[in-house]
Amino acid sequence: MRHLLDTYDLSLADATRLLDTAETMADVLTRDVPKLPALRGRTVVNLFYEDSTRTRGSFELAEKRLSADSMNVAAKGSSVSKGESMRDTLLTLAAMGVDAFVIRHPASGAVAQATNWVGAHIVNAGDGWHQHPTQALLDAYVMRRHYRSLGVEGWQGKTVAIVGDVLHSRVARSNVWLQKTLGSRVVLVAPPTLRPAGVADWGVDVVSDLDDVLGEADVVMMLRVQRERMEGGFFPSTREYSERYGLTPDRVARLKSTAAICHPGPMNRGVEISSAAADAANSLILDQVAAGVAVRMSVLYHLLGGTDEEDR
Amino acid sequence: MTQAVEARVVLDADDVGRAIARMAHEILESNRGAAGLLLLGIPRRGVPLAHRLAAAIDTAEGVPVAVGELDITMYRDDLRRRPTLPVGRTRVPGSVDDRVVVLVDDVLYSGRTVAAALDALNDLGRPRVVRLAVLVDRGHRELPIRADHVGTVLTTKAAEVVDVHLDETDGVTEVVVR
Repeated sequence: MRHLLDTYDLSLADATRLLDTAETMADVLTRDVPKLPALRGRTVVNLFYEDSTRTRGSFELAEKRLSADSMNVAAKGSSVSKGESMRDTLLTLAAMGVDAFVIRHPASGAVAQATNWVGAHIVNAGDGWHQHPTQALLDAYVMRRHYRSLGVEGWQGKTVAIVGDVLHSRVARSNVWLQKTLGSRVVLVAPPTLRPAGVADWGVDVVSDLDDVLGEADVVMMLRVQRERMEGGFFPSTREYSERYGLTPDRVARLKSTAAICHPGPMNRGVEISSAAADAANSLILDQVAAGVAVRMSVLYHLLGGTDEEDR
Repeated sequence: MTQAVEARVVLDADDVGRAIARMAHEILESNRGAAGLLLLGIPRRGVPLAHRLAAAIDTAEGVPVAVGELDITMYRDDLRRRPTLPVGRTRVPGSVDDRVVVLVDDVLYSGRTVAAALDALNDLGRPRVVRLAVLVDRGHRELPIRADHVGTVLTTKAAEVVDVHLDETDGVTEVVVR
């Protein structure tokens, strides 16, 4: 693998390999010395044009656990705020000798552009509404663990419901393609105002009523309602949104007993997810955060762990 | 003049069985019993060998011995010279601290695998003693490493390849030089 830009091009074999390596990394993280020498001498820059705590933090920790040298560059407080273009920033940093860039950018497609400018490996840490592949991988990782805890191997016949603001969600897009590749059935539950154009071509079911899928979902993935959308006229009020699309205590009770609850965070408790759901025994939300470091270690190892010549 | 090199079997299944039985006794002798022993196989074929040694120790002494596996992929010194290698899992029953760890591998050649295993072990804890058991020592060391328990010593040319086949991984037990 040269870059990780999206989940469209991720084959079943690659995705499975990434998830399997993440299991090994998770083992390492439980040790007294949770560190591997695999990326010693490699340099990784985390270039974030958007605020982020968990994604940036877990990438940084993953890099350190693999003994890479890592550097954080945030748009605020850097030459980016002085008007430097992304291309110039990348070329400047690349000139210092960088093996990989982990990039988050508010514009869809901006991260893929970076591959045209520098020779380093590029990891997409979220670009606009487009993609956030490591999030989808860590979601798949906790789902697979959940299924295995029930004694089930494989994804066939599993239904994943993705609920909420699909239109503005890179998490939803990343998950749709990865879950389809893995073999799950995906159901999107979204108000008509929050569905992307062309969603009919995604090869997934789209419904409006959350109550229709509660009884069949093996995983319900709640999407965050972003504050700016609440005033954007996409739905009448947060209260009405919560009543129609929120995972209320009443809805939790109607889930299959084996169903799991996911949320990419940060949560708006009482809006898209109730505290009863977030803190339920079958909530995987904290497992998702915990899996982030192991999954990102796996991605970085597969991009940077071998020789470069093979890929070029 | 070049000629087609034929594979020759240097150890058959019975030879391998006898070598393992002797190594098991040597391990018991140097350890004065089975107390505190932990056999760590280096994948792939070191793992079934470690299990065979444990079984032989159990037969001789009537004491079950802990067996684990130590994946060394991410400690290899040639990691960056190869395409990304798939990683295995390290499974250690309990802790390595203060135990007598016997690393088990099929062939000792350059010594680089063992060096990587020592680095990997170092990150797991601090064993009291670390020893090395190999089924075949074929020479050509590139590092100052030697084995404590050896099944057989083979004089080989660097161009030759030594293959250890085991029932568990290959469906047949033999050592072949080609």
